[in-house]
Amino acid sequence: MSRRRVVVTGLGMLTPVGNSVKETWDNIVNGKSGIGPIEHFDVSSYNTRFGGSVKDFDASAYMNPKDARKMDLFIQYGMAAGIQAIEDSGLEVNEANAGRIGLAIGSGIGGLPMIEKNHTLLEKSGPRKISPFFVPGSIINMIAGNLSIKYGFKGPNIAIVTACTTGTHNIGSAARMIAYGDADVMLAGGAEMATTPLGLGGFSAARALSTRNDEPQAASRPWDQDRDGFVLSDGAGILVLEEYEHAKARGAEIYAELAGFGMSGDAYHMTAPPEDGSGAAASMRNAINDSGLNPDQVDYINAHGTSTPAGDIAESNAAKQVLGAAADKVRMSSTKSMIGHLLGAAGSVEAIFSVLAIRDQVAPPTINLDNPSEGCDLNYVAHTAQQTEIDVAMSNSFGFGGTNGTLVFKRLS
Amino acid sequence: MSTIEERVKKIVAEQLGVKEEEVTSEASFVEDLGADSLDTVELVMALEEEFETEIPDEEAEKITTVKLAIEYVEANQ
Repeated sequence: MSRRRVVVTGLGMLTPVGNSVKETWDNIVNGKSGIGPIEHFDVSSYNTRFGGSVKDFDASAYMNPKDARKMDLFIQYGMAAGIQAIEDSGLEVNEANAGRIGLAIGSGIGGLPMIEKNHTLLEKSGPRKISPFFVPGSIINMIAGNLSIKYGFKGPNIAIVTACTTGTHNIGSAARMIAYGDADVMLAGGAEMATTPLGLGGFSAARALSTRNDEPQAASRPWDQDRDGFVLSDGAGILVLEEYEHAKARGAEIYAELAGFGMSGDAYHMTAPPEDGSGAAASMRNAINDSGLNPDQVDYINAHGTSTPAGDIAESNAAKQVLGAAADKVRMSSTKSMIGHLLGAAGSVEAIFSVLAIRDQVAPPTINLDNPSEGCDLNYVAHTAQQTEIDVAMSNSFGFGGTNGTLVFKRLS
Repeated sequence: MSTIEERVKKIVAEQLGVKEEEVTSEASFVEDLGADSLDTVELVMALEEEFETEIPDEEAEKITTVKLAIEYVEANQ
């Protein structure tokens, strides 16, 4: 039995450089940074005082304010990106297809703002002051839950949580559900809003964040010798994945085919990757094998590339192992240089960038890469985007716990 | 200074996301104003906050209309 093919037919996103796919992508291709001082709470006592926030978000454009109040920000962001993606796809739900449309949308951390707020109420005034919406407003599967309620999608309804690989794992798993026959259409991706007192403090305590407070827009500098950690950011990315014949039959615009998905585990350390990048390499290799392509057919890699000293070199090493001689010609960039690290949304936002790289035949840049550090000698598309033939684009995500995922997108022939 | 009735109606409108003119005295939170069970729990909490009182659960369950809310507050001020 041949496998059902899966294509991408809708995109939606909110990022630090735009509240839509178009605005974000324009800024990404032009190398604009969305990083700046954190202004929504007092950060004066923090080692890191900047991040990548979503700006001027108007929830009322997507839901009524009464409903918005019951959803923590990561859910609102996920809803907004999901609604954008559905509208972009032109998909219409009816009684006949509702059971064949599902969702796989997660978050790395979930509703920290509500957790913090309700814990403060509890400490201050006792359990009677906890909001009845605290639990349904902060748990991770509520993006999928609320979107299914809004549209009536009655297919699979799940939320995979794997730290910074969340978005990628949800997309890959959703594609498998379509390929296997559980659904014909899946909304897949992730959302995050964890730049809160606890979130910023926690990642800072883990020594994961850049402390370049005097120059926030230069802080995320993957593979550069002066990189000193990642930049904590917020946002959401959702894709509409669809079975190929289903998409063709309704005349949908197809962005690309999701040709391969691979996973692996490092089995090494809670937060650090092995230096040789063996876990990352296994993930990439599994995804390429799944796609039926050869490693030398990969034209562009949207790297995990968080700007941490250990992670960047490990990923670079992994790409060399997997691609062999073809590593000399591949373009591998990190769009995190511009938007920072969206944790559970990173994989889905970067999957969208990979899809758009294929559509527009352009590799987005890695900004701030002034002096590649020793051993970092691939074409990282430093500073400015490169127009080039891209038939196959690969997107990597690696998370705390040593959880890895890779997606392979292919131009539809 | 607003009356108790005005203050209750304002809170109901805010909490349930409806216009103040829809909040008539006879209006039922669930039937007329679109509240679900969690909305009514939160509404009672907002009334407690506004009037600096504590409404026991068994009393709160009986407050199902705007009128009943106003009466409860008036009786317990």
